[in-house]
Parts: sequence; C-alpha cells; structure tokens
Amino acid sequence: MSEIIQTDAVIVGAGPVGLFAVFELGLLDIKAHLIDILPKVGGQCAELYPEKPIYDIPGYPIITGQGLVEALEKQIHPFRPTFHLGEMVERVETLGTAEKPLYRVATDAGTTIEAKVVIIAAGGGSFQPKRPPTPGVEAYEGKSVFYSVRKMEHFRGRRVMVAGGGDSALDWALNLHPVASRVILVHRRDEFRAAPHSVNAMRALVAENKMDLAIAQLTGLKGADGQLSAVTLRGADQSAFDVECDDLLAFYGLTMKLGPIADWGLNLHENLIPVDTATFETSAPGIFAVGDIITYPGKLKLILSGFHEGALAAQRAHRHVYPDKKLLFQYTTSSTNLQRKLGVS
Amino acid sequence: MTKVTYIDASGESRTVEAQVGSTVMETALRNSVPGIEAECGGACACATCHVYVADEWTEIVGKPSQMEEDMLDFAADVRPNSRLSCQIKVSEALDGLVVTTPVKQG
Repeated sequence: MSEIIQTDAVIVGAGPVGLFAVFELGLLDIKAHLIDILPKVGGQCAELYPEKPIYDIPGYPIITGQGLVEALEKQIHPFRPTFHLGEMVERVETLGTAEKPLYRVATDAGTTIEAKVVIIAAGGGSFQPKRPPTPGVEAYEGKSVFYSVRKMEHFRGRRVMVAGGGDSALDWALNLHPVASRVILVHRRDEFRAAPHSVNAMRALVAENKMDLAIAQLTGLKGADGQLSAVTLRGADQSAFDVECDDLLAFYGLTMKLGPIADWGLNLHENLIPVDTATFETSAPGIFAVGDIITYPGKLKLILSGFHEGALAAQRAHRHVYPDKKLLFQYTTSSTNLQRKLGVS
Repeated sequence: MTKVTYIDASGESRTVEAQVGSTVMETALRNSVPGIEAECGGACACATCHVYVADEWTEIVGKPSQMEEDMLDFAADVRPNSRLSCQIKVSEALDGLVVTTPVKQG
C-alpha cells in the first residue's frame, strides 16, 4: 500500500466551486487536497464551455469558463493546494466519530488521503465516457469493448474497431495500426474533428488499404460471453451490415454520472445531496457538500451560489479541524493576519 | 403565440407555446416535455437535446452549424434531419414546428 497522505480537508471536484473552497478554507488555515476525475482543473467550465462567456459572476460583466478557472487558480495560489487530477474518488471510509470526524478517501489511482473534513464539490458528478448507443454493450465492457487504452499489448494481433471522429479516435487508430492485425475506423460522416495531420495520416493508410474506414453508425454488437465477434453498422444510405472484429474502442465523448458518491453512505435525494444551509454539512458530520451536487429549498445551480456555500462550509469545517480554537470573523480588506496568509502584507 | 410540437419515441405528441427568441430545448424544459436532457444547459457541448426535425420543416429550420455538427458526433442514431434543439431559436417563421425526440439521449 502506498503512503497515506494526512491533511485537513479533501475537496472532491476541482470545478470553480471546489477551487474557491480552497480559498475560504485557506483563510482559516485549513489545508486542502483536491481530487478530480478530469486531467485538468475547472470541471464543467473547462470541459464543457471553456470558450463560452459567463455573464453572472459578480464583478465580471463577462468572463469565459476558462478565464474564470484561471482567475480562481491565481486567487487560490497563496494556499498551495495539492491536486490529484485524473483520479476518481472511489471510497470514503469513516475513521472518526461525530465529535471528532476523520475520513479516509481512496481513489482509483491508489491515492489514499486521511482528512478531518471532506468537501464534495462534484457538480453534475464525474465525467465518464459515453457508452455507444448499442443495446447490451455493458456485457462486453472491459472484455472487448473499451473507452480508453490501458495496455496496447491487449490489442496485439486483434481486429480492432475504433469508433469516433475526434483526436482520441484518430490517435488510437493510428497508434494501434502497427499492433493490431487490422484497424477499422468507424465514423458517422466523412469529416473529422481530429487534428488535420492525423486525419491525413489515417487517409493515407486507408488509401494503401492498410486500414479500413467505414462511414456508418453503430447499431448492434454480436458475440458471446463478453467477446465481440462483429459489430452491426448502418451506413449513410441506411443499409445495415456487419463488420467482424475482436475489440471495439468507442470514443463518444463524456457524460456526467453521479458515480461512486452514491455508495458513500450519505442521504441522497434524486441523486443530489441534501445539506444543512447554515453549515453545508451533509448527513455525515465532517462531510460537506457545495455547488451543483447539493439540494436545499431555494437552491440555485449557479457558480455564485457555490462560492457562498463554500464560505459557509469552511466556517463549520474550522470547528472540526481546530476544535479548540475560537474562530474570529475577519475581512481580507482589514485583517493583517489574513493578508499575511494571502502574501500581500 | 408560436407553437412547437414534440413527438416522443413512443409517438405521443405534446404541443406547447414557445416564446420567440427562446430555443426549442428551453421550451421543452420549461414545459416539462420529456425526452430532452440538455445536460450542458444549452452550451452546444453535450448532444443530449437531440431531436429529429419533421421533414416539412427541415428546410425552414436549416442545417446545423459546424460546431453543432461536431457535437452531433456524440449523439445516438443521427439522421439527416437531426439537430440539437438548443441550437434552434424559436421565431415566428417556426410557428407550428414539429420535432421528434429520439429513443435515447446521448
């Protein structure tokens, strides 16, 4: 087992609300580690709408999703949070008591962190690969249907169908070409979003008959015991046909799923976490939740509401992290103590 | 008042009033029309508000933009009359528009 990290707070989700929680915790001397399933910070702002303008962030008449994320990163920099990106929190175990909470948080990448408080800022849940729209695909997943490549060797000598038209699909079609016995690229139209040089490289291989390209959509899978034997495709002329293959690698983008949060023993209401609006604590003492993942009467799914929720959660979290210290309310404009923490005094 | 009709995958039809300037996706959500998820909230970033525009309307509604076409790559069972409903703005010219929602979003 790898080393267990000890810290004050673990924030699950590095979207705008999770990032700002670092600031509010930091002012109260609470150190934070952030975990996010995406390989970058920013959550939906960075993944879904980096270039879109947002008009309702206080103080910014207009700012893009990416612009907001970058500004938040700068704002929390004095508190030096630790990021664990590309990792999904799988388990949250209770080690402490209601009076003295302690949690052990474990990710799918083997990171283990013990913290006095956990702040769930998971937004719409974790971004996970979208399944192809073929009935019964679940039975093949992990055996012959994959959404990422962990080991290229798995594909050696096999007939691999790669579905999609973006960079992931094209990159893997090209990378697996020397390894697989045959690569069949399937995309719904003869236009690709991927970088032009990979599209050109793919077209050259197809022209030399070293790779197959099918302009079609996936409609069915054939095989037994999780092992594919063929994929049924429907071409642009609506005709259906089968293509034999051993593996399918599907790249249909990401979707948001609540994921393992459902198994952490928290009360849930329609896949949202109810909280106490005075403290933003969940049904488990020491586990807080803020942002789009929570519900309470009057809840608005706005980034600005998430900022407020993080500030209140931090106040309560202070009690768990420093049970013997009295919390003195201070302003960043006037407190030299806070200004010192921010590195401006 | 401008009206939009949504037919779901089972054939059930719902006609609702739509505000000019709002999108076909927003109109569906506001009127609790099932079959449209709109996971990204209208940013043309998720393909879960996919609809099929009725044949007689495809020309008036028009073709998807390049960005929308890219996003349709993530939708299931895309057809020549597929559009993302967050990218169709209701106008007086679209009064009476009919769209069908797919069996599955995303």
